[in-house]
Amino acid sequence: MVSAGERVVLGVEGLSVGTARTPLLHDVSFSIERGERVGLIGESGSGKSLTALAVMGLLPEGLSATGDVRLSGRSPARRNLLGVGEREMARLRGDSMSMVFQEPMTALNPTMRVGDQVAEVMLLHRTQPSRAAVRRRVVELLERVDLPDPANLARSYPHELSGGQRQRVVLAIALANDPALLICDEPTTALDVTVQATVLDLVVRGVQERDAAMLFITHDLGVVATVCERVLVMYGGRIVEAGPVREVFTDPRHRYTQGLVAASDLTGAEGRREHAALPTIPGSVPPAGAFPDGCVFRSRCTHATEVCATLPPWTPRGEHPAGAAAYGYSCFHPAGGRGEGDD
Amino acid sequence: MTDAAVELRRVSREFRRRRTSLLTPAPVVHAVRDVTATIARGERFGIVGESGSGKSTLLRLVCGLDRPTAGEVVVDGRPVHDQPPRRLGWLRERLQLVFQDPMSSLDPRMRVRDIVAEPLVAQGRHAGKRERVAELLERVGLSADAADRYPHQFSGGQRQRISVARALAPGPDILVADEPVSALDVSVRAQVLNLIDEVVDGFDLTLIFVSHDLSVVRHVCDRVAVMQRGEFVEVAPTEQLFSAPEHPYTRSLLAAVPDLQQALAGRSAQDLAAGVDTEG
Repeated sequence: MVSAGERVVLGVEGLSVGTARTPLLHDVSFSIERGERVGLIGESGSGKSLTALAVMGLLPEGLSATGDVRLSGRSPARRNLLGVGEREMARLRGDSMSMVFQEPMTALNPTMRVGDQVAEVMLLHRTQPSRAAVRRRVVELLERVDLPDPANLARSYPHELSGGQRQRVVLAIALANDPALLICDEPTTALDVTVQATVLDLVVRGVQERDAAMLFITHDLGVVATVCERVLVMYGGRIVEAGPVREVFTDPRHRYTQGLVAASDLTGAEGRREHAALPTIPGSVPPAGAFPDGCVFRSRCTHATEVCATLPPWTPRGEHPAGAAAYGYSCFHPAGGRGEGDD
Repeated sequence: MTDAAVELRRVSREFRRRRTSLLTPAPVVHAVRDVTATIARGERFGIVGESGSGKSTLLRLVCGLDRPTAGEVVVDGRPVHDQPPRRLGWLRERLQLVFQDPMSSLDPRMRVRDIVAEPLVAQGRHAGKRERVAELLERVGLSADAADRYPHQFSGGQRQRISVARALAPGPDILVADEPVSALDVSVRAQVLNLIDEVVDGFDLTLIFVSHDLSVVRHVCDRVAVMQRGEFVEVAPTEQLFSAPEHPYTRSLLAAVPDLQQALAGRSAQDLAAGVDTEG
C-alpha cells in the first residue's frame, strides 16, 4: 500500500532564507510528488532562484535557511536537509536531485570535454559498475537528448557547441543518475524559441521517463502552462498563490497573479489588441528587503486597504491531493472569477 | 521629402573571417543578404528572427553605424550607406535608438539630466536644454527630480524610460528599438510597450522594432519582416503573417512559441517541438 505521503519526493515546510538583517524568503511551503511537474513563477527578485538554491544546499555565503526540507530519493526522507551538512548534500546533489541552470555556458567547465563532464557525475557517485559502462552510458545519454553523432560530440569542448546543444549536455548531466528530483532554473530563457521548444520537450520527456518530480522556475507563463501541471506564484519571497495551472491562469485569485496574467497576455483571448494599452502592474518589484509588511504586494496593489497591513492568511481553494498548500491563495481582496462561492 | 522613411535597396553586409589556411580564401559570413524593403513614414515595422539571423547587423546599417558591402540604405531620401560618420549628423537628428540592455546603454557616471541632454549637446543645441530635459522626463512618466539622480538608482523599467527620453531629445522622426523589452519583467514590459506606443503616436514617429519575441512584435507592429540567415524570408502585414504565414520558417517560428491560451487548451511541449523545422 502506497499512501500519499510516500509519493512525496520533495517536502518543504516553513522555509525562510535571509541574511543576518534582511529576510528574503518567508515561510515557503510546498511539496512535489513523484511524476509531478510544478512551476514556480514570479518576476526577478521574487525569490524563485533562492528557493531552488536553498533546496539544493547551494545558498551563497552569508545567507542562512531555517525550516524543513525533506527529500526522499533512494532512501526515504528521514532528515531535514537544512541540517545535514555539506558532505551529505554533496552526496545527494547530482544523484537524488539535480539542477539545470539558466546559462549553459557557465554551467559547463570550459576546459573539459563535454563527454567527461557527463561521465564525471556518474564516476563521483559510483552509479555505474565500470569505466567502460560509464563511457557507454555517456553516449547513450547524449543520444537521448537528441545530440547528433554523440560519440564524436562527447569529445568536443563546450565552446564548440551552440547554446541549445550546451543546454542539452547540461540536461544529460542532470539526468545521468536518474534523479528523483530535477530542478530547472529558467533553462530556456537564453535560447531561441525554436530551440526552446525542443529543449522543453526533452526536459518533459526526461522527467516522465524517470517518473521524477520536477520544479520548473520561469517567468514565462506560456512556458509554465506548456510544461507544468501545477504552479506556485511567488512575490516578495512568499508564495502568494498556488494551484493547478488552468485554474490559476484562467481564474486567478491573488491580485498579483491577476496582474501578471493580464500583463503577459499581449494578444488577448480573441487575437490581437489593436494598439490598445496593455494592462500593467503599477510600479516595479522593490529591492530585496524593501517589501512592505503584511501583504507583500500591497505597495503595488490597487485593491489594497488597511487590513492588508497584516499578513493575509492562506485560503485553501479546494481539495487537492497534494494538500491545502497546493491549491489556494493569500489575499484579503481576492479577484472574483467565475465560481464566487466555491469555498 | 518622399513617403518612405527608410529604403533598403539590395543591402548586403559580408564579414570576412580570419583565414584558416594559406591555400584557401578566408571564409566569408553573409550577415545580411540582399535585403530590399521600404518602410513608409509613420509605419511600425517589425523585424523578427532568432539570434544570428542578422537583425542587429541590419539595424546598424540603417542607423549608419556600419556600411553595407553592397546595396543602398536611404533614410528620408538621403543616402546613408556611402557617407562617413562625420557627414551623418543629420541622421542623428532624424533617427534615434533605444537599446536592449537598459543598464549598459546608460553611462553609470552621468546624471540622468546629462544623459538625456547628451544628444542635444552632441549637436551643439545648448539653448533651452534644461527645459527640454524636464519636458521629456515628464513625457516618459518620470518625476522631475529624476534628473539629478544616477542610472543605478532606477529599476530596469525606469532606465528604459530614460533611454526613450534620450532618444526623443533631438526630436527624431524615426525611432529604432533593438529588443527594448527583452531584459524586462512581464509587468514592467507592458509599461514600456505602452510608453513606446504612446510616444510613437504622440510624436508621429516611424518605428523600427527588432525583437526575437513574436508576441511582442505582433502587439506593436503594423508590418513584420521575418529574418533568417541574413535574408527577409517573409514580409507581411502583421495579422496576415500571424494568421496565414507563408514561409516554412515563419510557420516553424510561430509553432514554437509557447502560448498561454493554447497551452491551457492542451498543447504540450511535444507539440511545440513537433512544429519546429529541425533542419535549422
